[in-house]
Amino acid sequence: MTSVKYQKDSNNIAHLVLDKENSSANLVDLAFADDFADAVKQLADDIANESVDGVIIRSTKSTFFAGGDINMLFKAGKDDAEQVMSLSTSLKASMRTVETCGKPVVACIAGAAMGGGWEIALTAHHRIAVNSKKLKMGLPEVTLGLLPGGGGVTRMVRLLGIQGAMPYLVQGKAFTSEQGVKIGLVHALVDDENTLVEQAIQWIKSNQSEELVAGINAQPWDIKGYKIPGGTPSDKQIANILPITPAIIRNSTKGTLPAPDLIFATMVEGAQVDFDGAARIESRYFTELTVGQISKNIINTFWYNLNEIKAGGNRPDNVEKSKFSKIGVLGAGMMGAGIAYIAAIKGISVVLKDINLENAEKGKDYSRKILAKQIARGRMTEEKSDAILALITPSAEVADLAECEFVIEAVFESRDLKATVTQESEAVMSETAIFASNTSTLPITGLAQASKRPANFIGMHFFSPVDKMQLVEIICGEQTSDEALAQCYDLTLHLGKTPIVVNDSRGFYTSRVFTTYVKEGVALLKDAAPASIENAAYVSGFPVGPLAVTDEVNLGLLEKITKQTKADLALEGKTMIAHPADDIIDDMISKGRLGKSSGAGFYDYPSDSKKKLSKTSSEYNTENNSISFDDIKERLLFVMAIETARCVEEGVIRSTGDGNIGAIFGIGYPQWTGGTLQFINQYGLAEFIARAEQLTSLYGERFSVPASLRDMLASGKSF
Amino acid sequence: MTNAYIFDAIRTPRGRGKATGALHEVKPITLLSNLLKTLEQRNSLDTQYVDDIVMGCVTPIGDQGANIAKTAAIAAGWSDNLGGVTINRFCASGLEAVNVAAMKVRSGWEHLVVAGGIESMSRETMGSDGGAWANDPHTNVNTSFMPQGIGADLIATLDGYSREDVDTFAMRSHQKAAAAWQRGAFANSVIPVVDQNGFEILSTDQLIRPESTVESLSKLKPSFKKMGEMGFDNVAKEKYHQVEAINHIHTPANSSGMVDGAAAILIGSAQAAKQHGLKPRAKVIATAIVGEDPTIMLTGPAPAAVKALKLAGLTTDDIDLYEVNEAFASVVMRFQGDLNIPDEKVNVNGGSIAMGHPLGATGAIILGTLLDELEARNLKRGLATLCIGGGMGIATIIELVSESVSELN
Repeated sequence: MTSVKYQKDSNNIAHLVLDKENSSANLVDLAFADDFADAVKQLADDIANESVDGVIIRSTKSTFFAGGDINMLFKAGKDDAEQVMSLSTSLKASMRTVETCGKPVVACIAGAAMGGGWEIALTAHHRIAVNSKKLKMGLPEVTLGLLPGGGGVTRMVRLLGIQGAMPYLVQGKAFTSEQGVKIGLVHALVDDENTLVEQAIQWIKSNQSEELVAGINAQPWDIKGYKIPGGTPSDKQIANILPITPAIIRNSTKGTLPAPDLIFATMVEGAQVDFDGAARIESRYFTELTVGQISKNIINTFWYNLNEIKAGGNRPDNVEKSKFSKIGVLGAGMMGAGIAYIAAIKGISVVLKDINLENAEKGKDYSRKILAKQIARGRMTEEKSDAILALITPSAEVADLAECEFVIEAVFESRDLKATVTQESEAVMSETAIFASNTSTLPITGLAQASKRPANFIGMHFFSPVDKMQLVEIICGEQTSDEALAQCYDLTLHLGKTPIVVNDSRGFYTSRVFTTYVKEGVALLKDAAPASIENAAYVSGFPVGPLAVTDEVNLGLLEKITKQTKADLALEGKTMIAHPADDIIDDMISKGRLGKSSGAGFYDYPSDSKKKLSKTSSEYNTENNSISFDDIKERLLFVMAIETARCVEEGVIRSTGDGNIGAIFGIGYPQWTGGTLQFINQYGLAEFIARAEQLTSLYGERFSVPASLRDMLASGKSF
Repeated sequence: MTNAYIFDAIRTPRGRGKATGALHEVKPITLLSNLLKTLEQRNSLDTQYVDDIVMGCVTPIGDQGANIAKTAAIAAGWSDNLGGVTINRFCASGLEAVNVAAMKVRSGWEHLVVAGGIESMSRETMGSDGGAWANDPHTNVNTSFMPQGIGADLIATLDGYSREDVDTFAMRSHQKAAAAWQRGAFANSVIPVVDQNGFEILSTDQLIRPESTVESLSKLKPSFKKMGEMGFDNVAKEKYHQVEAINHIHTPANSSGMVDGAAAILIGSAQAAKQHGLKPRAKVIATAIVGEDPTIMLTGPAPAAVKALKLAGLTTDDIDLYEVNEAFASVVMRFQGDLNIPDEKVNVNGGSIAMGHPLGATGAIILGTLLDELEARNLKRGLATLCIGGGMGIATIIELVSESVSELN
């Protein structure tokens, strides 16, 4: 039982065959490190006995190699640092033996070689890949908060130079076999996978050399006189970019993600020392990131939570998968037009209906514009664009919805209007077709009252702009059936979006938590300088500050939501707890400062320059308070996390993953946290509760944690 | 306590720090060793009695590498019997050299020390010596590194200085410098640079543009806007979160000019004065070094001055003239604002904005200017100060000596 088989063929060529038993893919785990070391030892022995002319590294799986064992890396805590370091060290020692064996080493890449897989491929002197656009290679570690710890940083820098390697290491950019040839990382392509090994054998036979030659039987960096392409940090052209590069990286990470910083540090520090020293520097930073908390947060959410969602975690499994060929979209405004576009590019026919044909055509123009842009950029052919546009049928006739399997209404947020279009549509739709309402706040159970088939009625909350925002919040009303939910889930995945499933409530999940962010930001005006609030949001990793986003959303809308909530609560015999933001919002509205659309909000919007925080914004801090920057940051982070915990307690959220993914993809909760619920986990539940109590006593009841959090603490649970 | 007296202070004129500058063709070693020769001649110095030469140099590599202080002494034909050391306190290196020399003398362990500095910015580009703070990514990101210019713009933003304010400041620096040259304020101290045949290469400061107006200066583009937008503004805002946007108002015209130049100051004890017939012009009565936030970087002068004043038992009112290095206009404006110092006491003969800032030498140059002007105006005390990389600040207070040599201790 071994994950690396060592074989010799009749051509005197040794094969390192990557073939993990009982598994569909190869993984770098502890067993692999040992097996690889054993195989390499055999290779070294055979070479010592002068019975090897070359080495081929190949895989028996559909992918070349899937990369690191994420389960293992995720579990590795601070106490496991030594194990992580030794895994990285052992792997690299074996790789080093292979690349310095003095014989031609060829990697045969027939399937994806990502992460650890690409690192293994990098130990070869010559890389042959199957010519396929689907074959992806690269080092995506950074996207999980990690760095390539199997020699990836060290070798990529030595192959491409510091500047050349940056996109592949700091951003984790992947490339196809053809692109690999252009960059110089892939040396030959074959069209037919079956000829791959034969070509490798031929290449080895015709490249026998006693002397060490770079790219034949040695790595360039093992040949005397080797220089890193583009220079080392002491060369002017690199030295000149070093002072600003960390700041540029920070501009995109807001200083909240350590991986890009440490990858760049590994690149630069490694370029100043010999290969083995560089490899050790890389292992040390790899270990730091692996056992660090941020990579755990990211892996938790962007790997486990997201994979669970993609695998249908919240989809009823008693319903068969549905496919869609024709859907209807009601309302050809910004939302409807966006939904029509994303459906058409996925090959679904769309009836885009509005009150008249002119409006519907305007909605289709949205797709025309995007596609024209893509054609101009060379990313789309006229032919394909025509085919996509042909799928969108603008219409003013309800009857055109008759054959639609699924209808999404995206008309104005008015209960009456939504009721009307529901009834009109259901009159012509088939009895099994699903009707979805795209609303961000109106409770679905209430909207479903207009439906004669409430079991087929569901909420489908898209985010704007639809073609860019990945999230869809699916809302189940009281009577929504499993069938409707499953279909909605399937359609969302078909559209290339990420679904979360929540139960009906005022504001559902995302709008409800988003409102706490916005209102907290406004309330903070009583305690801090407006710029401090916006900057606190920025350095915490929020994409937009709460005041800027309030101006975008419009204060009138906020007030409307507050009024509606008040009215709804009154019907239930409850009174709304006053929020410190409310009187500020009222005052702003009385001053006509409704936000960006009215030309003035918390910001001024001069016609000739960038928006600027308005003087009015600083006038609410009447006591001249100046709370600590940490308090500002944590009030924003905590208020959203606590509201999410309340949503969990109230059953609005069905799974932790939905809470985390919804917060990050839908409402801009910072990536590094791994989401609102993971933020609580990583803060430490006891510490979180203690800090929340402190915030409660300082700033108000909205920071008091729901009882269920204390129960979780008592029973030793986490999200 | 032995006092540290200043006997002489000389400098080269400052040449534009580019290939087109007059001193670009002159080697740094030539600039410095010729200055030492002049110092020797002017003071009839028997160099075997000099204990040490302390020279500031901020980019001590290449032409300026390998301890240019000692090399210049050897090249100038000075006695083998003395030391030479090159120090780097960034922009304050020249004044640090003076302070170190004063401390050496006040300790009683040395009696005659030459202090000064050298920087040929046209030859060894600022920043070309690298260093971990800017060039090591891990250090850079963890310590919120940003270039000084962003700090200068940040000070202006925090204090509310407008573009017009700093351009007016710059214009006045040029006007004051031009006037000073015209009335011969620098005549005693500036030693023309000549070649081996005695042909003059440069005799005046090359950068002064008395014709500058606020209107003409307003046309220049901000120097640090682009790099700020690329990322450094956000580094600044992480620490100075009350700032919504950095107001980038510093341009090449209201920042110090890059130039080539050198300075040398002869410092010694009363015993040395008596022994070698040297006439003390002033004494160093206090020195100070402080550190402030390294990110904003340039706020050190006021706290350094306060520290030095406290040591000397003085207040700002006891100081007749100030030389505050014009690294950037906002640095001097912040200093004046912090300590409430009136314009008529500060940089009365212009500063680095008009005449240039040869990094390693400037501290010694402005101390010499201060000394000359105190004498010219028959005043008593002056304070020189500079902002420094890493958030440091330095200050030196001097007092003119009226006593005769025999009365000194």
